[in-house]
Amino acid sequence: MSRLLQSLGAYTLTRLAYLGRMGLFLGYMIRGVLRPPGKYWPVVKQIHFIGTKSFFVIGFTAAFTGMVLGLQGYYTLAKFGSEGLLGSGVALSLIRELGPVLSALMVTGRAGSAMCAEIGIMRIDEQIDALECMAIDPYAYLITPKLLACLICLPLLTAFCDVVGIFGGYVIGVELLGVSPGAYLDGVYQSVVWEDVYMGIVKSLCFAVVMIWICTYKGYYAGLDEGNFGPEEVSRATTNAVVLSSVTILAGDYLVTSILL
Amino acid sequence: MERKGLELGVGLFLLVGFLCLGYLSFKLGDVKLWRTSDYDVLATFSNVAGLKNKAMVTMAGVTIGQVKDIQLSDGRALLTLNIHKGVLIEEDAIASIKTMGIIGDKYVSISPGASDEYLKAGGTIRDTQPPLDLENLVSRFVFGNAEKPQEP
Repeated sequence: MSRLLQSLGAYTLTRLAYLGRMGLFLGYMIRGVLRPPGKYWPVVKQIHFIGTKSFFVIGFTAAFTGMVLGLQGYYTLAKFGSEGLLGSGVALSLIRELGPVLSALMVTGRAGSAMCAEIGIMRIDEQIDALECMAIDPYAYLITPKLLACLICLPLLTAFCDVVGIFGGYVIGVELLGVSPGAYLDGVYQSVVWEDVYMGIVKSLCFAVVMIWICTYKGYYAGLDEGNFGPEEVSRATTNAVVLSSVTILAGDYLVTSILL
Repeated sequence: MERKGLELGVGLFLLVGFLCLGYLSFKLGDVKLWRTSDYDVLATFSNVAGLKNKAMVTMAGVTIGQVKDIQLSDGRALLTLNIHKGVLIEEDAIASIKTMGIIGDKYVSISPGASDEYLKAGGTIRDTQPPLDLENLVSRFVFGNAEKPQEP
């Protein structure tokens, strides 16, 4: 009995310490914005990596999402004879929900996993220890540029995703299924208000922080828990990072929506 | 050279991103940086159930503005209507609340009057009609007192 209690207590303490470490990591990451080396070039490089290279992936995802929304929406709305609402349906669901979530998930899969692996390999190669030896803040040097770049990129990628998706829906709804172009575009212009766009931007900013936080955290502490710095720790950290940040993005989406609505 | 290409890519990405964001906010979200010289007129209704902020204001089916604000004043609903500049509303115009289709959105429809005087900014439309109360009509029909005159 007492051993059971002991192990339960030990488990709770470990988890609590783990949570605290994640919180501290977020704090250091944000503190890194103000600390040297505050260079802009690493940020530009990260924007290239996170933004420019995700551009076509997001474009494809958005186009096909918009097209399938157009198709599904059309068949549902046609039952009520209100195909005219197709534009507002596609635009609202993209701008409020799918745009931010899909782009965050795609960026997690494309850039978050790579970041986690990069930092994880630096950890098992003891490069992060070397940075600490040289009195360079590893947070400011490695992680803050990623955070800043992601905060810039994700809202822009989300906006791109929304626009491409709306025109994907236009192609299917208007060109293929014969909804009147005026009705589609007017539905889009009428129903979207600034609050919807604002909600999408806030969501993508939240997702950017969550994604960078979890992905770099997992990489930074790869193998430290197990005390074993092998390549399989990096692969495990990468898997954990992608799974955990995807789940957190989806759960966070619900939270942010319920706060903003 | 590598640096140059990278900068170009990033610049292109930022440009397209900001263009999309601008399209979303200015074209779809109706954000106005330059205040246009639209003007406001007021109208009080006995009931505006179902009308939302930013609902359309139309005249003869043409959109001429939107509902800017809905407030309660002395037990009646006070609407502030934002009317596009260049649209003149006669002093004896009638504002009524209508529904687009059976389940569509509520909107404010203004029928022109015959007066030669036009409303100025901040003026009030005196003649208003509340929305058609469908439930009331149905219940009067169901409970069989359709002949009785409707209370005002």
